[in-house]
Amino acid sequence: MTYFLQQVVNGLQLGFVYILMALGYTMVYGVLRLINFAHADVFMVGAFLSYYIITRFHLGFLPAVLTSIVGCGILGMVIERIAYKPLRNAPRVCSLVTALSMSIFLEYFTALNFIFGPDYITYERPIKAIHWDLGGVRITNILLIIIGGSVLMIAFLYYIVHRTKMGKAMRAVAYDKDTARLMGINVDSIISLTFAIGSGMAGVGAVMYCLAYPQIWTFMGIMPGFKAFTAAVLGGIGNLAGAFVGSLIIGQIEVLTTGFIPSGSILRDAICCSVLILVLMFKPTGLFGKRE
Amino acid sequence: MMNRKIIAISIAILALSLVVSCALVEPAAKEPIMFAIVGPLSGDVKLFGEGNRDGAIIAIDEWNEKGGVLGRKIEYILGDSKCDSKEASDVGNKVIFEDKVKFIIGGVCSSESIPISNISNPNKVLQISGQSTNPAVTINPDGSNKEYVFRTCFLDSVQGYADAKFNIEDLGCKKAAILYDVGNDYVRGLAEFYRDAFKELGGEVAVFEAYAKDDTDFSALMTKVIDSGADVLFLPDYYPKANLIGAQAEEKGYAGIIQGADGWQEPKLDVTVLDGSYFSSHYSPYDPRPIVKDFLKRFNEKFGKDAEFCAVQAYDSMNAILMAIENAGTDDPEKVKDELAKLEWEGIAGDYKFDEHGDPIKTLHIHKVDKDTDIGYSYTKGVPGVRP
Amino acid sequence: MKKLRSSSSWLPTLLFLLLVFGTMQFVSSLNLISVYWQQVFMSACIMAISALGLNLIYGYTGLFHLGQAAFYGIGAYTSALITYYWSRMGPKLPIDFLGLHFDLSMTAMFLLALLAGALMAAIVAYLIGLPVLRLTGDYFCIASLGFNVIVYVLFNNADRLIPVMKGARGMVGIPRWTSWPWVFIFTVLALFGMRNLVYSSVGRAIISIREDEDAADVMGIDTAKYRTLAFVIGSLYAGLAGGLYAHLYTFLHPTCFAWIKSCDPFLIVVFGGAGGMTGTIVASLVWTFILEGLRVLLPRGFESWRYVIYPLIMLMIMLFRPGGILGRRELGFLKPKGIEVARVERVPAAASAGSDRPEERGSKDVSSED
Repeated sequence: MTYFLQQVVNGLQLGFVYILMALGYTMVYGVLRLINFAHADVFMVGAFLSYYIITRFHLGFLPAVLTSIVGCGILGMVIERIAYKPLRNAPRVCSLVTALSMSIFLEYFTALNFIFGPDYITYERPIKAIHWDLGGVRITNILLIIIGGSVLMIAFLYYIVHRTKMGKAMRAVAYDKDTARLMGINVDSIISLTFAIGSGMAGVGAVMYCLAYPQIWTFMGIMPGFKAFTAAVLGGIGNLAGAFVGSLIIGQIEVLTTGFIPSGSILRDAICCSVLILVLMFKPTGLFGKRE
Repeated sequence: MMNRKIIAISIAILALSLVVSCALVEPAAKEPIMFAIVGPLSGDVKLFGEGNRDGAIIAIDEWNEKGGVLGRKIEYILGDSKCDSKEASDVGNKVIFEDKVKFIIGGVCSSESIPISNISNPNKVLQISGQSTNPAVTINPDGSNKEYVFRTCFLDSVQGYADAKFNIEDLGCKKAAILYDVGNDYVRGLAEFYRDAFKELGGEVAVFEAYAKDDTDFSALMTKVIDSGADVLFLPDYYPKANLIGAQAEEKGYAGIIQGADGWQEPKLDVTVLDGSYFSSHYSPYDPRPIVKDFLKRFNEKFGKDAEFCAVQAYDSMNAILMAIENAGTDDPEKVKDELAKLEWEGIAGDYKFDEHGDPIKTLHIHKVDKDTDIGYSYTKGVPGVRP
Repeated sequence: MKKLRSSSSWLPTLLFLLLVFGTMQFVSSLNLISVYWQQVFMSACIMAISALGLNLIYGYTGLFHLGQAAFYGIGAYTSALITYYWSRMGPKLPIDFLGLHFDLSMTAMFLLALLAGALMAAIVAYLIGLPVLRLTGDYFCIASLGFNVIVYVLFNNADRLIPVMKGARGMVGIPRWTSWPWVFIFTVLALFGMRNLVYSSVGRAIISIREDEDAADVMGIDTAKYRTLAFVIGSLYAGLAGGLYAHLYTFLHPTCFAWIKSCDPFLIVVFGGAGGMTGTIVASLVWTFILEGLRVLLPRGFESWRYVIYPLIMLMIMLFRPGGILGRRELGFLKPKGIEVARVERVPAAASAGSDRPEERGSKDVSSED
């Protein structure tokens, strides 16, 4: 029984780590109907930025998170300007191609020796790890920080989207861009803002991720990105609550598959995708997705 | 209109083939001897490819300073195979058919060396790999030997057995947990041989689980390992995974021993997290022989970084081929391969000779990770690297 | 099913094809082009076949498919397994015909294996299509991606069922039977087949689904049937290409069929102009030669710049020609003669209606004019 509970706790940690990235995917999709493949690499850049803050400048956890947020936010906006804005009136798939190109470019460019380098770097945790054993189940302060940080960010995001005028404008643009423009909303700024916030989320997510899995390298974003994206679609892409629920589900599936099915660890990607396809068969727009 | 387009395209195709063929018109046979150094020079295991390249280059430079081989200068070209079988096949074709090279140092990953060996062996190009451990590199699918393909790294069967023996006999371990990368035949082979040896020597294998290369979350697996009560965790993967899994093992409270293999022997191994673990390797920097210290010093001076096992292996491989060419008195691969097969020499890793498949017989060194030392590990013992 | 024939253009077409074939044979037999470049050219043609299939699925039907590599892999492994065993255990029938030496039994089995690989891919496509083809737009995309991942994991673990496939270690020992004549023949057949399909009534039905599915429905077109048909045929092409690939590189590793590799034919299709066959072929060649060309052109020490420059090139091209290098323009015998099929004129991107029409059903990609 404790074994099962421990695995559930593991799954919670994993799920919460995916949430922030999934939120970023979902936000951008909601506004632009674009699958932002480069999001995973913005995440990677955030991880590296926070690593440099901690290791080179010897600043603590909070400056690392802030740098990551700001760095990712800016990078996200820049990518949007270069690769997506010029193609806003072109078929959606063109932006997909540029997104893929940006993703490949970021991965390989940062791998060059004079940027981040190709190596796997061990991430120094800025906080000491403490653990408590509750009835045989091990809880670490890292888990609590991850959950706490994610919940904080989600609350913040909810506040912005549902309680501010800016958020209202974002929802309007997501619903119908052209009409929003007619209503006097500066669609370009709102889109940039969405990217900034979504990427900032990825930045926080990156630091959380590195706390749990202390290793960074320039291709690190691909797998978590894919899982977070799957989670976002599972919950209904474009839907914030969906991203939350989807991430938690994927986290549990991954961990419980590994823990209870022999050779589960190598099958877990396939099982996650099968679950996704099954869900889509019954709910073609995801668990909470709306048919527009 | 349409006819013009057809003509235009035909001309383009003709032009393309002409341009390409012009680029290939070679002058008369060159004086220097050409080597191809092939490995992953981009992509996620770029560091191994760079080590391989640098180790070979330092050997080439040393020989050139002494006048080359058979009085001829040694030159090289590089091939980037990205640890990918398709790229390796393209690179193999390029260096053999277009650059007309007769000697190849590489690949690093077995998934590179196998496709290259399928081109080099039938075309009488001598290939030696310092790091590819999959048996299929030197053996054809029908079991016959690939005469032109050699390697200087020991096979998984040798290393796995030696590690298991060390754990059971020297460390008194009884229950093993083994975690391996399902997509890496080197890691997987090692895991399987270790498992078989561990059982054969009287131990119990409690956990034998695979993970995918891109996995970063090992919490579930570590919980499983700890729950099984294993006293040794065999982690034969390269240092990045060793670092990552080691960190999570520590976090989850794993209290047993961790055993690694030659992929751990890198300066970037996280010695804090893996303190107290053991690993087996090709060479030892503690080796009292002066050529070892000399080499490490020279390498550091030349490249500004420490040599790691890919570089050492490439260095030994390069020296082996060059010695064989000297002995053969010609650069004809058909004669050189015979000399190479009977070569016995002293490399950085120790004394070498080849068996009938072109696989090496040499010593295996076991080290213990010790964060209080300069290099991060201390010497434990050397064991003979022979197939049981 | 009426096929459109452009009767007036068959002679130049034939001459052109003979010219291409002859040139390659000429340069390869005189070794003017090294085996390396021959292989590159062949792999470009093989990629073109796969991309043509994807073009049918995405360009003509509008299905956002990022799982082409899975079917490529299914075709590759299936055909490889057949020839692996046959080349070792099958009877040999050496023939000496007009100076051509070949083994009849091996050649026949090669063709059969390719066919089997293509059929297997088509069957699997049909089966996975049953649940998945109802999804629309981006949901179909992620489902196809997910399917690709599942197939990749299966390949990685296949050696538990079929040891010779060797799973993640890579399958070896496949006979190298793909040669330039075969690649040429299959590329031409693929092109002809696609052209005839697209300009037939089946093709028109498929295109109508892309343009406006509701209107097509109203006109009595069984959209589900035609979507399935397009998906199955597109995957058939991928399977055929996979078989040719397997017998050219003779070594199969699951990483060649991971989802990230599905992006390659997709990039090519968009890059060449979705919905245009000529564009796809040209883009396959250009794409392959850009990648290989960079390998050759980059000076020593800059090898790792290959994948830095290549995406930048892609980015530039997309920014300046979002419709793809050829858009929907066709050349030569690929041009439709007679009844015009929804020919759309070039419209400057800014002035177009934009593709952000509210997606009623979660979108078909209502691609704007190029």
